[in-house]
This record gives sequence, structure tokens and C-alpha cells, in this order.
Amino acid sequence: MAKQRLQILVAHDRAGRDAPSYLPQLQRDILKVLRKYVAVEPGAVNVNLEHDEHHEVLELNIVLPEGERSTG
Amino acid sequence: MSRIIVVTSGKGGVGKTTTAAALAMGLAERGFRSVVIDFDVGLRNLDLIMGCERRVVYDFINVIQGEARLNQALIKDKRNENLFILPASQTRDKEALTKEGVGKVLSHLAEDFDYIVCDSPAGIELGATMAMYYADDAFVVTNPEVSSVRDSDRMIGILSSKSRRAEEDREPIREYLLLTRYSPERVERGEMLSVGDVQDILSLDLIGVIPESQAVLNASNSGVPVIMDGESTAGQAYSDVVARYLGEQLPHRFLEIEKKGLLGRLFGG
Repeated sequence: MAKQRLQILVAHDRAGRDAPSYLPQLQRDILKVLRKYVAVEPGAVNVNLEHDEHHEVLELNIVLPEGERSTG
Repeated sequence: MSRIIVVTSGKGGVGKTTTAAALAMGLAERGFRSVVIDFDVGLRNLDLIMGCERRVVYDFINVIQGEARLNQALIKDKRNENLFILPASQTRDKEALTKEGVGKVLSHLAEDFDYIVCDSPAGIELGATMAMYYADDAFVVTNPEVSSVRDSDRMIGILSSKSRRAEEDREPIREYLLLTRYSPERVERGEMLSVGDVQDILSLDLIGVIPESQAVLNASNSGVPVIMDGESTAGQAYSDVVARYLGEQLPHRFLEIEKKGLLGRLFGG
């Protein structure tokens, strides 16, 4: 139990530590642009960079508000 | 060739000073000229653990600021002529630790000593980063407990990015995991992370496991590094650590629950 919690936490810490410093700014900029079109929550944009041996994946996760599809 | 060892952890109260004192004494006992430096400016304790608190006249900060010569501040251990202590200042601000100042003192000490042991303060602020900046080897002291392991992982990240070796793109600091306050009974009851658990998470070279022992507290109380208590499990475990650090291959001890002898069984030990 403790070990599993710790493994998840440490992996998360490491990802944050190794992340390029522009990620938070990128996240804010995307949010700003997005909000011109859609009324998303401030926490709706999640930017994450993952590494593996051969490539890096920039993962962008945007949660659109409920009911946005019908009005858009 | 002198080597600089930092004893670090991030979290407080895990046994950094106990370890620094044991390590310096152990190396001195094996004939190496050793000096142990307290980087915990404002909260010095190494002098107390080493039993030389009444002999402090000048300190590390005095030397950095040119108010005393190095050999005026160094305290010679009364038990071992190879061992010296450089105490921290109790009154000054840790901002007095400058990279240039620390570097100058360390290179001066390197002319005279085989091993320079730096006892880091807790945290990741100036004192801690100064203690590790010039290190060749690092002992990451960790308790088998979630917050300590997490903080150690954070320290490992800092060691690999914010040291002189990293900045100069040289061979990285050699990092060793030292597990302290280990209790096989509590591991068996599922109350404590096991050696294997901690190694899985931190994936560092395990240099030793120090069992939880009353001897550590007794040693602190009397100002005698616990490594000198050869009767105690903690003292023996620290001797093993020194031997492994110097290249000996020794199996890890005190990882299993101690079997009680006949008398112990009769009287419930």
C-alpha cells in the first residue's frame, strides 16, 4: 500500500522535475487562446511531456464544459 | 587524492549527523586523515554528536570570512589523531556560505586530508546545496518511511543537476543509499517499507542498513560516534558501511528478525 502510493508520487515528482520550464507558460497560453472560443475552467487544460527512449510525446488534455456541443 | 563526501537526505531527523560522525570516525580508525564539516549554520549539532562542543572557538563561517585561520577553527578529536571537526556557526546566517568561500576552504582541506565529510542540513536551501555542490560521493540517508523516501528522491535529482561535477560535465557524483532506523519486526508486520521496497523506488547502490537501536541515542547523549560502540548492532552496521565504501564486499546484516536465544525465549527477552 505505502509502496504503491510512493511509486506513483515519485514518478509524478520526477516527471515534474524533468519537464521543460516552458510547460506552465504553454499551458497558460493555450488556455488563453481556448477561452476566446470556449468558456473552459482554468484547470481544464493539462499539458504533459513524456519521454521514452526514442521519442517525446507532448500530451494535451482539454476538458470541454458540459453542453458545449449543442451551442457550438 | 582527497575525496569529498556529502551526507544528505532532504528530510530532517533521519540520521545525517549520526552518519557523518560515524563515517568520519570510521575512516579515521582505518588510518585515513579525515575531517567532518557541519554545514548546518545556525543549528549546529555535529559538535555535540562528536563530543567536542566545549572546545569550539572559531567556526566554518569565521574561516570563510577570514576572521580565523583554518587550523584555528579545526578541532582535533581527542580519541583519534586522524580526525578533525570543523563546526558550524551557531549565530551567523547561512547566507554567509558562499560558493567561493566554501570552495576555498574545501580545496585548502584537500591538501591535508584524505576524506572530507560534509554534514548537510535538512532541506534543499543554501546550506544543503552548498554541502553537496563540491561532492565526489553522496550518502543519501533515508528512513524506510514514505516522506523520507520521497525527499531522498528529490535530493537525488538535485545531486545530479546542481553539483560542480554536473556543471563541469564531469563524471557524476557517486550516490549511495543508506537506510537508517530499520526495524525488521515492523517490516514483517507491514508497518514499514522493506529494504527491497526502498531500493525499487530509489534504485541506488545500497551501502548499508542501520538497524533501529537504542545505541544511537546513547551515543548522541554521550558525544561518542556510534561506530565506536562495537557491541551495538548500529555500530557494527556502520563499520560495515565504511568497509563497503572502501571497496570491501560484505553481505548486509540485521535485515532479518533476530532469533532469540534460549534465555531470551525463557524470559521473553
